Amino acid sequence: MNFVVDNLLPLILFSPALVALVLLFLPRTEKNLLRWAAFIGSLIPLAFALALWFSFAPQQPGFQFEQKAAWYEALGSSFHLGVDGLSLTMVLLTTVLTPIAILASYSVQERVKAYMILFLLLETGMLGVFLALDLLLFFVFWEIGLVPMYFLINQWGSEKGERQLWGGLKVSARTYASFKFMIYTMAGSLGLLLAIQMIGVTSGTFDLPELFKIWPGLTSLQGVPLGIPIATVKAVAFWAFVVAFAIKVPVWPFHTWLPDAHTEAPTAGSMILAGVLLKLGAYGFLRLVLPLYPQEAHQYAGWLAFLATMAIIFGAFAAYGQDDFKRLVAYSSVNHMGFVVLGIAAAARAVGTADATIALNGAVLQMFNHGLSAAGMFFLVGVIYERAHTRNLNDFGGLFPLIPVYGGILLFTSMASLGLPGLNGFVSEFLVVRGSWPIFTLWTALSMIGLLLTGLYILKGIKKVLHGPLNEHWVGHITEIKFREIAVIAPLMVLMLWIGIWPAWILGVINDAMRMLFG
Amino acid sequence: MLLAILPEILLLVLIGFVIALDAIWKPERRRILGWVTAGGLLLIMVVALLVSRPVDGEARLIFGGMLRQDWFGFAFKLLFLFSAAVTALFAMDIKGAGQKGEFYTLMLVSTLGMNLMASSADLIMLYLSIETTSIPLYILAGFMTRDDKSVESGFKYLLFGAVTSTVMLYGFSLLYGFSGQTNLYHLSLAFYDAQFPDLAMLAGLLLVLVGFGFKVSIVPFHFWAPDVYEGAPTPVAGFLSTASKAAGFAVLLRVLMALFTPVAAGYWVTLLAIVSVLTMTLGNFLALAQKNIKRMLAYSSIAHAGYILIGVVSLSQLGGTSVVFYLLGYLLTNLAAFGVVVAFWQVVGSDEIASYAGMSRRSPWLALAMLVALLSLAGMPPLVGFVAKVFVFAAAVQADLIWLAIIGVLNSIVGLYYYLTVLKVVYLYRSPDDDKPISVSRPYAIALLVLTLGIILVGTIMGPWFAWATTAAQGIF
Amino acid sequence: MDFPVLSVIVFTPIVAGLLILLIPGDRKTEIRVTALAAAVLALILSAWVYFNYDTALGGYQLMEHHDWLPALGISYIVAVDGINAPLVLLTGVVMFTGVLISWGVDDRPREFFAFLFILASGVFGVFVAQDLFQLFFFYEIAVFPMYLLIAIWGWVQTREYAAMKLTLYLFIGSVIALVGGLAMYFEVGLNTFNMIRIAEAGQAGAFSQSFQIFWFPFVFLGFAVLGGIFPFHNWSPDGHVAAPTAVSMFHAGVLMKLGAFAALRVGIMLLPQGAEYWRWVIMGLATVNVVYGAFIAMVQTDFKYVIGFSSVSHMGLVMLGFSTLTPEGLTGAGIQMFSHGVMTALFFAVVGMVYDRAHTRQINELGGFSKKMPWVAVAFIIGGLVSMGMPGLSGFVAEFPIFMGVWRVAPIVAIIAAISIVITASYIIRIIGKVFFGPMPEAFEHHIGDVTVLDKVALVVLCVIMIAIGVYPAVMSPLVASGVESILRLFGGA
Repeated sequence: MNFVVDNLLPLILFSPALVALVLLFLPRTEKNLLRWAAFIGSLIPLAFALALWFSFAPQQPGFQFEQKAAWYEALGSSFHLGVDGLSLTMVLLTTVLTPIAILASYSVQERVKAYMILFLLLETGMLGVFLALDLLLFFVFWEIGLVPMYFLINQWGSEKGERQLWGGLKVSARTYASFKFMIYTMAGSLGLLLAIQMIGVTSGTFDLPELFKIWPGLTSLQGVPLGIPIATVKAVAFWAFVVAFAIKVPVWPFHTWLPDAHTEAPTAGSMILAGVLLKLGAYGFLRLVLPLYPQEAHQYAGWLAFLATMAIIFGAFAAYGQDDFKRLVAYSSVNHMGFVVLGIAAAARAVGTADATIALNGAVLQMFNHGLSAAGMFFLVGVIYERAHTRNLNDFGGLFPLIPVYGGILLFTSMASLGLPGLNGFVSEFLVVRGSWPIFTLWTALSMIGLLLTGLYILKGIKKVLHGPLNEHWVGHITEIKFREIAVIAPLMVLMLWIGIWPAWILGVINDAMRMLFG
Repeated sequence: MLLAILPEILLLVLIGFVIALDAIWKPERRRILGWVTAGGLLLIMVVALLVSRPVDGEARLIFGGMLRQDWFGFAFKLLFLFSAAVTALFAMDIKGAGQKGEFYTLMLVSTLGMNLMASSADLIMLYLSIETTSIPLYILAGFMTRDDKSVESGFKYLLFGAVTSTVMLYGFSLLYGFSGQTNLYHLSLAFYDAQFPDLAMLAGLLLVLVGFGFKVSIVPFHFWAPDVYEGAPTPVAGFLSTASKAAGFAVLLRVLMALFTPVAAGYWVTLLAIVSVLTMTLGNFLALAQKNIKRMLAYSSIAHAGYILIGVVSLSQLGGTSVVFYLLGYLLTNLAAFGVVVAFWQVVGSDEIASYAGMSRRSPWLALAMLVALLSLAGMPPLVGFVAKVFVFAAAVQADLIWLAIIGVLNSIVGLYYYLTVLKVVYLYRSPDDDKPISVSRPYAIALLVLTLGIILVGTIMGPWFAWATTAAQGIF
Repeated sequence: MDFPVLSVIVFTPIVAGLLILLIPGDRKTEIRVTALAAAVLALILSAWVYFNYDTALGGYQLMEHHDWLPALGISYIVAVDGINAPLVLLTGVVMFTGVLISWGVDDRPREFFAFLFILASGVFGVFVAQDLFQLFFFYEIAVFPMYLLIAIWGWVQTREYAAMKLTLYLFIGSVIALVGGLAMYFEVGLNTFNMIRIAEAGQAGAFSQSFQIFWFPFVFLGFAVLGGIFPFHNWSPDGHVAAPTAVSMFHAGVLMKLGAFAALRVGIMLLPQGAEYWRWVIMGLATVNVVYGAFIAMVQTDFKYVIGFSSVSHMGLVMLGFSTLTPEGLTGAGIQMFSHGVMTALFFAVVGMVYDRAHTRQINELGGFSKKMPWVAVAFIIGGLVSMGMPGLSGFVAEFPIFMGVWRVAPIVAIIAAISIVITASYIIRIIGKVFFGPMPEAFEHHIGDVTVLDKVALVVLCVIMIAIGVYPAVMSPLVASGVESILRLFGGA
């Protein structure tokens, strides 16, 4: 038992990879065995994560359950893990969503083994980002996450559709989407990589707690003969970090990879992509950008807020204009993540104030909430696609009488996404708006438009699918939601309701963490 | 004193023996004369090593100052005897040559001449021994009287040799005339005499170099080599390219070092450095264009003479050592190369490089011998050619002749090209006769085995051979 | 340790090669088994050497010293330190996997393995040599078999041309370096070729500044030709493509490292002031390698040429690391030599497997191979990720410190060189997508089979190594760092 407690973080981090290793030896043809093994295996990290949640002491400042091992001493980098309230929330999100996504993947028929292994490796990659307390380690896990996702989209993504690459080369839509996703993210990471290298050379270490102390106060770039004033260097490095994370979140105008990637990815892939991967970017802002570059963040917070507002508004407009249900949900992610960034921008501008803390609370909670609702929405789109083989909103109509249970669940989840009071979305969005209002009044006001539009597109989506005149085509051709699928969405719904009515259990942890980090 | 020339005396005995056996034996049995010659030569080598070794550190003039018993001459004698023995083995199965006692006799006479050349300390002796060496070689080159090419080569060799040795003799006469001395070691002192005009000395130097240059086939006295090598019976070509050339270098080295140094060192060093560059370059580049393997080997020999000259012009202990060592290695290597050519020609009947296609499939071991020989010529480790070249270039670097070393190494690259091309034909190209194996008779097999092993062993365990070469080089003085 | 491990490693291949020559040519199984046995032995011993090196102690270990030609001060000295121990292991790995991949060579396997093993002995000999003459001796032994291996067993279209070009280029480089080596020998005046003593004498001032500045280019560039430095890299792509698979694996995987290593050992370590003077030139050339190599790779239509040019690019990173003369840069270069060696051996193995079945290497004629050869596809993907410098694999572990080193001395160069990462990513992804995924052309549908067990073993070994280093850099970095430390002490502790 002591072993478990002492090594909780490595256990959480590596158990998905170990499960993947076990899967490697199972026969390729036993699909059910593979699915169940993967699902049950993915419950192990969840169990550890819950153990972590209950052993965590929210009032204690700093990082807990720290572990440090020699890794790449020649560079000053070590294998350093640790949690605080922020990362704990994200770890919980990841470990909750992964089993759900795996359960949702039972309908995948081709190459189940490779699919499941990639999924579990992806989980390790994401957990690594959240648990890393070493900058190099962070970057390693950040990049590792790209590869499984690339293959998941490329190999198991939607089969229809064609796009054109350069030189008139025609490729399938999923190839296009995965390629764009990969290149976009890697290009963004390039700047991050260079900035990290420079930080490592200058500070002599990659250890985050130490860097938080050293880096912001650095007045000269010892060891890097750039011949440019340090203020400029730091500004450039700041933007390098920001761009890399902004691509991931995604912040307008770096969002253009997202609609394609989300739309073409397989259902579970979209769930994880929207549910967790986008949060990596926001996490990067909170964990790295704000603590390492307080002055620059303060200086450029206005820009960030501007971009966030654009994301909120344009994301909503774009979602409203979609005919493809999945693409609508994809743009809704842009819209929702905009609030996260707005909250972060507010906090960057006014670090230390109560408003900032409120905004941060909202931002982090929104990260968690959006994870749940986006995963839910993508799943539900997947459910109907499997039956109807179309995602075009105009093909549906009046399905509510035919599939009432599905309809009810879709309504519930959409309302959470919309921000209906009583459900989780409202709490986080309210906190963000409340926190940002005194700091960025103009932008917050404009983002209200976005909120309005959110309602518009959500309702449009529901109306087109469920309400209105019944589309005769579907009578007898569409089946109700199955038990397994309900089992997938139910935990999400429970959480959405619970956080909506009584958010204290999670908000408390977040609030303590934010106060201690940025208070 | 007799012991000093015991090898030469024994050679005379062997010559007589061979003539007698040739007269007694029936034509079919005369092939065995090859074994007799080779065996006899080996025996002479053993006797020489046991009995005729010069006392360490002591060199003395014998026969009224005609010869000098020193390690330099002794070392070269061993080389000549070995080379002749191997050549005798290679010549055994050549129709029209290997069964004739005259062939072996002429070879032995020439060897005798070479022995005397290496030990000569006197102008007269020098001339006599050079002629003794050359005249049998003229005949040997033209030995195949039915073959036009052979006759042509013999004739060409004769004419060339006669002219150049005449020029050389005139040079000798100038040297004698102004000094009154014929002994090389005494002659060197006479140069300091005010009566000896510099012009005469230089003229003597140049004229003498003509004769020696012909013998070692350096530019511009190399023209005879390709035609003679091509036309002569192949074992003779092998003998020419190794023993005769070594003998030429022996006298060249001795005359330059003992006679013209330090008094004319400035002149001959520069002159020969330029000649060396010309020789290497010309030899290598002309070899590129050859389609006949004997001509290619001829030009390659010319190029190698150029490399050896680098050691000569370095004018140092290391330089002299490197020359002797190079000659040893070169001897082993070139004999092996020509040996393979002979063995191949016996079966296939052609000396064109293109006809070597498929050799590696028909006789892997013969091809391997060819590989070893050509790579050693190219200067690849772990073969003797590599260390020999390293030593020569090291001597140049030590003497601050960096430019010469660089030209040398670049030339060896050119050489690599055509050697590899031959190997390519041997290993890669196929011929319609691929499945017919090439049989190699006993004498060839033995000779090639000894040579190949020698190339590898001397190339890896250089210590004792280097020491031997050092002693030899020191023996000049 | 009295057992002469290093000498056994050096001579096992050549002894095995000679034994193989004695086996009759038609007994192919015996030939292959003998070859494999020798390769396994060499691998085990080189792994033993690697893991038994005492990092804490540092310096030269497992040394053996015999006189060879005392008159000139030539000796046979072998030893390992932090820089060459990984390279010895690399050679063992490539030799082992190369033999496995070459199991199917049917035309005169006897001569093939004999020549390959002569080459292997030469390579081992150079890595562990501590005597300058000995280094040259084994260096040339490592080069000349390439001619025969490529000319005889290579790709029919270009093998003769490529083999000759390669051999001549490499020799020009090595003989130029030889002249430099001789110059150093005479300048020190100690009548010894022992590199350790020459280095000590150099530290004590035996080489004047002007001597070092004059001779450094000869020596460094002469060896770096084999490392593929621009503008002397031209032999490499043609050589890679024309060579048979195992020879390409050796060529790109080990031989190019030989050049870089010798440039380091003889150029940088013995002429440190020369290195400092010329480092910007080297850095410039290396940067051209990195970026230009990547660009050229991107436009190739032949699969193998892409890999060949990518080797030029990655070796540029090694030399870039050298030119920084910083601990990070040199450590990264050391690890990159190993990582790239393994990766490129894997690449060429895969190319060979594809070509053997498809008989074409044109990228636009291939497609869908992951269905028929799933293991190969996965292996290539892993190799591709290493090539891109994807974190979690050995490529990142190698490239990151190189960039850190460059940051220390020339930040602009770091940014320029980083472009190559993007370019590399794009062509790797393009190849993976086209060759392994996508539709398979009709012509191949029925006669493409999966690879053999031996091939799979080789691929797995190579992949595991790259993943192990990527996930746990501590298995290699302290060793290399200790070797780098001794090098930097020659520069007055940088």
